Amino acid sequence: MADRCAVIGVGQTHLRAKREDVSIPGLVREAALRALADAELTFADIDAVVIGKAPDMFEGVMMPELSLAAALGAVSKPMMRVHTAGSVGGSTALVAAHLIASGIHRRVLTVAYEKQSDSDAMWALSVPQPFAAPLLAGAGGYFAPHIRAYMRRSGAPDHIGRMVAVKDRRNALKNPYAHLHLEDIDMKMVEESIMLWDPLRYLEACPSSDGAAAMVLAAEDAVSGAYPPAWVHGMAMRSEPTMFAGRDQVNPQAGRDCAADVYRQAGITDPRADLDMAEVYVPFSWYEPMWLENLGFCPEGEGWKLTESGATALDGDIPWNASGGVLSSNPIGASGMLRFLEAAMQVRGQAGEHQVEGARRALGHAYGGGSQFFAMWVVGSDKP
Amino acid sequence: MSPAPRARRPVAVVSFAQAHNVRREDERNEVEMLMPVVAEVFANIGITKDDVGFICSGSTDYLVGGPFSFVTALDAVGVWPPRPESHVEMDGAWALYEAWVLLQEGEVDAALVYSFGRSSPGNLAEVMALQLDPYTLAPLWPDPVSLAALQARALIDAGKATEADFASVAARNRKAALSNPKAQVAHDRSVEELLGEEYVVAPLRRHALPPITDGAAAVVLAAGDTARRWCERPAWITGIDHRIETHAPGARDLTVSPSIALAAERAGVGDGPVDLAEVHAPFASQEGIVLEALGLAGAGGAGGNGGNGGNGGNGAGLSVNPSGGALAANPMMTAGLTRIGEAATRIWSGDANRAVAHATSGPCLQQNLVCVLDAAWEGA
Repeated sequence: MADRCAVIGVGQTHLRAKREDVSIPGLVREAALRALADAELTFADIDAVVIGKAPDMFEGVMMPELSLAAALGAVSKPMMRVHTAGSVGGSTALVAAHLIASGIHRRVLTVAYEKQSDSDAMWALSVPQPFAAPLLAGAGGYFAPHIRAYMRRSGAPDHIGRMVAVKDRRNALKNPYAHLHLEDIDMKMVEESIMLWDPLRYLEACPSSDGAAAMVLAAEDAVSGAYPPAWVHGMAMRSEPTMFAGRDQVNPQAGRDCAADVYRQAGITDPRADLDMAEVYVPFSWYEPMWLENLGFCPEGEGWKLTESGATALDGDIPWNASGGVLSSNPIGASGMLRFLEAAMQVRGQAGEHQVEGARRALGHAYGGGSQFFAMWVVGSDKP
Repeated sequence: MSPAPRARRPVAVVSFAQAHNVRREDERNEVEMLMPVVAEVFANIGITKDDVGFICSGSTDYLVGGPFSFVTALDAVGVWPPRPESHVEMDGAWALYEAWVLLQEGEVDAALVYSFGRSSPGNLAEVMALQLDPYTLAPLWPDPVSLAALQARALIDAGKATEADFASVAARNRKAALSNPKAQVAHDRSVEELLGEEYVVAPLRRHALPPITDGAAAVVLAAGDTARRWCERPAWITGIDHRIETHAPGARDLTVSPSIALAAERAGVGDGPVDLAEVHAPFASQEGIVLEALGLAGAGGAGGNGGNGGNGGNGAGLSVNPSGGALAANPMMTAGLTRIGEAATRIWSGDANRAVAHATSGPCLQQNLVCVLDAAWEGA
């Protein structure tokens, strides 16, 4: 059976539009060294390195892990590179966690990054492919119709998206690492921002960020560091095809199945009551109500009501994205890992100003592709 | 470093399929190349996708020239209802490793692993240059042949190999490939004839280079009784490990492979006799380095291995690359997984009892995986 796995170190870089002060090796090393310092370890204590990032075209470097081996202290160690689209930061953490759970290794360093300023993600996502529908407007253009479908299906009023945009940016003001620090953010400011992909306005979309995230995962007999460990209570991945007749892109089956699997492992029957907070991949404002339903925090069609009620705010009963989330910082390949990492920080009590008081169990979530790849974990302060 | 872990659960390679390796697959895209391979890997053992609890693949976007090439490739399997699934931007051998790790935990009993590499849409030499350090190496556009030539030159300068050794390795692999129906390059030519070829990049002549290949491969892994039910003589993975070296070729001794030696030690290559090795040495000049690091080289040293024109290695019992290896077909991201599949095939047939399969990635054998396959699982 699987061994226990704990998060014993977390580290992230400051997330910015452009990190021109560091190279890619410098960027990933910054996050890795912070995670090691948090665990009170050095590279010498690490058995294996698992790195993830979104498409290589985002920086124009093919299989960059090969040239990052030395910067991450991986020389003479096993090193793996994960790529599962937008969910990759989460999947990468899970691949690393399985190296512990399987008993293969005792301490694993996992890192994810994106240096979006090195290239243009919109362009990289829009390369024409034979016989494939062109994705000419990047991810927002792809997801906006699904948001429209959700609004029509649920009858949600227009202002819900703006509420999420404001809530997450206000949370980001409490997170020193967050990319966007919009002091004056309010509903009016969002409403007056330019329409990008109807119904999404500029301030309802995630930024493009440079940044990296890192975690040290450990077996039970290898726990170290000043903060208590975050124990992995459940982990799961699910994928479904991009296109087929009848596929529900608004409320994808893979997301529901993945959540059910991770809740079963963690013994969660009512996620809103049993979890203390959630860090969920919300790159566009409306994905909060959509994922509230997909992840079972409320019945279908009710997600927007939960958002509207303030339940997901930092002082609500089930805070979502206390860190500011993807809406405030989006180093794509690292965005999923940041969700997993922030969930761990919360249950370790090290989230500072954006700490959810008394958080003992949290969900980390990432999704990617055309809402088809899902990675989730539940971490808790109690040993499972 | 932790002590070498023992596989806690018997997991075996129970099925393997590969596409016909060709220089240019114009008629079918990646998904269409994979579909018959995935169908075959299931049909071989009479199962369907519903019988595997995990799917993992290996590929790289840069061959396709678009992001997310693995996304549409998943349509070759048809993951509905949704499945636990993952992807590495690595050779499929590492996807197999990820699946093997998951199977160790005991929740899942079988996994599908596949990979694909279609090099023909682009200029492979230019594409592979983009795999190098973007600050110090890639701007010089060193192509893989030139980097391998530097390594070959280092071998010759160190007195570890001769150009004739490279030709012997190429001759033996391509001759073996005559009995591999999926091989792209197979012929029976003498060392003397090969040495008459022009240099491509000295000291490498045409014969020392791998072909450029479009290909795909798939493997099914299964644990314990499931493996026994699906396969009469499963190829049990008794050890598997992988290691990486620093990227900068100038910071390495290119004539040796400490990463292979370490992976081999931790996979337990030396724990018993080896009668078959399938090694992923794309360039003929690299086979000796790999065999030496695996501890399978003869007393004559790395370069001497292929030189006898027969089996490279320590004694008449060792067969090296009966498939023809990567010199017979070198589909990117796939040739490593194929080595594991080819080795397993010979365990199933009874031609081998204990085999070593090897996969490589990166310039000049930077990253390596070693897998030991055994017809017997001790105590199972």
